[in-house]
Amino acid sequence: MHNPQLNKEGELTHLLSIEGLPQRILTQILDTAESFMEVSARDVKKVPLLRGKSVFNLFFENSTRTRTTFEIAAKRLSADVINLDINKSSASKGETLLDTIDNLCAMHANLFVVRHASSGAPFLIAEHLQRIGLDDVHVVNAGDGRHAHPTQGLLDMYTIRHYKKDFTQLRVAIVGDILHSRVARSDIHALTILGVPEVRAIGPETLLPKHLDKLGVHVFHDMEEGLKDCDVVIMLRLQNERMNGALLPSAGEYFRHYGLTPQKLAAASDDAIVMHPGPMNRGVEIHSAVADGPQAVILPQVTFGIAVRMAVMSIVAGN
Amino acid sequence: MNIVIENGRVIDPKNAVDRNASLYIANGKVAGLGETPAGFVAEQMIDATGCVVCPGLIDLGARLNSIEAELAAAVAGGVTSLVVPPDADPPLDEPELADRLVHRAKEIARARVLPLGALTLGLKGERLAELAGLKKAGCVAFSQASVPMVDSEALLRAMEYAATFGFAVWLQPQDYWLSRNGIAHEGEVASRLGLAGIPVAAESIAIATIVQFVRDTGCRVHLTRLSSADGVALVKAARADGLPVTFDIGVHHLLLTDKDIGYFNPHARFVPPLRTDRDRQALSAAAVAGLAAICSDHTPVGADEKLLPFGEAKAGATGLEVLLPLTLRWAEAAGVTLSAALARITAAPAEVLGLQRGQLAPGATADVCVFDPAAVWQLTPDSLTSRGKNSPWTGYLLNGKVRKTLVGGRVVYSG
Repeated sequence: MHNPQLNKEGELTHLLSIEGLPQRILTQILDTAESFMEVSARDVKKVPLLRGKSVFNLFFENSTRTRTTFEIAAKRLSADVINLDINKSSASKGETLLDTIDNLCAMHANLFVVRHASSGAPFLIAEHLQRIGLDDVHVVNAGDGRHAHPTQGLLDMYTIRHYKKDFTQLRVAIVGDILHSRVARSDIHALTILGVPEVRAIGPETLLPKHLDKLGVHVFHDMEEGLKDCDVVIMLRLQNERMNGALLPSAGEYFRHYGLTPQKLAAASDDAIVMHPGPMNRGVEIHSAVADGPQAVILPQVTFGIAVRMAVMSIVAGN
Repeated sequence: MNIVIENGRVIDPKNAVDRNASLYIANGKVAGLGETPAGFVAEQMIDATGCVVCPGLIDLGARLNSIEAELAAAVAGGVTSLVVPPDADPPLDEPELADRLVHRAKEIARARVLPLGALTLGLKGERLAELAGLKKAGCVAFSQASVPMVDSEALLRAMEYAATFGFAVWLQPQDYWLSRNGIAHEGEVASRLGLAGIPVAAESIAIATIVQFVRDTGCRVHLTRLSSADGVALVKAARADGLPVTFDIGVHHLLLTDKDIGYFNPHARFVPPLRTDRDRQALSAAAVAGLAAICSDHTPVGADEKLLPFGEAKAGATGLEVLLPLTLRWAEAAGVTLSAALARITAAPAEVLGLQRGQLAPGATADVCVFDPAAVWQLTPDSLTSRGKNSPWTGYLLNGKVRKTLVGGRVVYSG
């Protein structure tokens, strides 16, 4: 099957999903991000890689945090950034997704950063751009439905590489609502591609997608058993609407079984790192003593996220 | 008019005919096969060299968004009779609407239209529609189309009422609660792509309920568009118990699986969803064994409603003009004879409908399809007569091209 993210030369032209990407491209993004880390430490935090280019942040679903980090990343690359909050504009007037794209292309957009509630929406946009022959307009997926959040996956990989150096000796556990999580899916693909030998998923059956084992993941229902000897623990956010209903009885019962407390974390390796894509629900999926503890690398993740997004945007749309 | 179709290979599965012979048609009926009937003088000759001459196709499910265009598409696909589900806008729940549809189809005079009346008003699953009135207006049976019945008691009462009059009820088995949020088969592909799943249980639970009600009421039921191996097993068991239950399979479900969704291809979105290859194989085996009819489930969808993210795109594919070539494709892959394959789209659906059509015995209505099984054509939007250009097969080369379609002994299509 044709991979719509790669051009004829096998180079990354859109970032839609981690799935199906070769290891060399993931490594290229992480290495490029590393070179951008020093830019953020400068007095003048700018490089001219996207000078003269227009980056459109197209957020069909609300997000302050991800949009902000993309905006900062694009500005540090010297791009012009336009933020569009689609909920409040065209979509509510009945304009279709692709009509919106056509209009923005007529304004000479170079890069779309897309967040959408429907899985696959960025693929639709990328295929449309190819169909109408706009090879120089690029798409970066900033989260589509439950499907993928590839830049979050990559910044998680950056964080793991930063603290653990080598992927090929690690045990990584992903804990919580994997069923509804695009972050989990991107992490699983990235970890597998980068050669992590053991990826675990921990959660109740109601929050795990069917046939997770087919993605090469070991499933655990007991958290302490699942965390045993893990080097990396990735906690997932539990959305409010999942907390009580048919999936889970209550936030309290969830926390008792799947909330990360210092006691449960003790089962992992002594030097295990704890990650979270944010925003956190303290007392629901994570205890404050862990979130603020020495093993948490949650704030460095945010810092790395800017460098990773700079790397992705400069690779797909750079001069 | 007296017509003779010469030099073709006549395949009439119902009567076990498969030989090179001339087919004679007089007064809208088959007058004879092979031997010239006494006193027959041909007014028109159709040369069917290299072609198969078979009964006109009977399609158990085709939606007609634009009746004129779609009936032209039907005959271009060799379909001479088609069953229309009641989920039009407005739903076919009043005798007057059925009356109008039947008359309009007669005026257009291409394929025969067999409407299904709505089982409940507005297909809401609450109040019964006027079944006897709809029947009188020409409805052949009653259905909820693909709208699930939420209220089991309403379904039981509807079946009791239908059984009172000996009416058949056609149901697409899908549990409302298990299917309402889903957009793809709950399995590996949906997990990978982050698509909300519809478990197989959505189908099997609905079948179990319906079969129990058939047992209780004696209502004759036809199950439409089965999608799973478990579903096939349940219907087989019901039939083994002697219950009056038949079923059909959409032709796309015989050839495609959830893997064909690929990178969110909206043309692979169907109701019920495409399932795994194990399910596809079970459906295929049921068709090979002659247990089910094959239908097109023709659903014309405009480009605007397809060019959307997978979960927002309208489900369904164009079908009338690909029913024959896709059935041939399935037959080749499944190792089925041409005659056995044609039985699934002629005699088998006629049997479901209790009609004497779908055959070429002397005296039968002369609904005939003449097609070249070796002709190769590429499916493109322009190659289709239907307004529905939506197909997972766009760009593919298909085998089998219809050359002539006759309805009631009249040529209604020449290609």
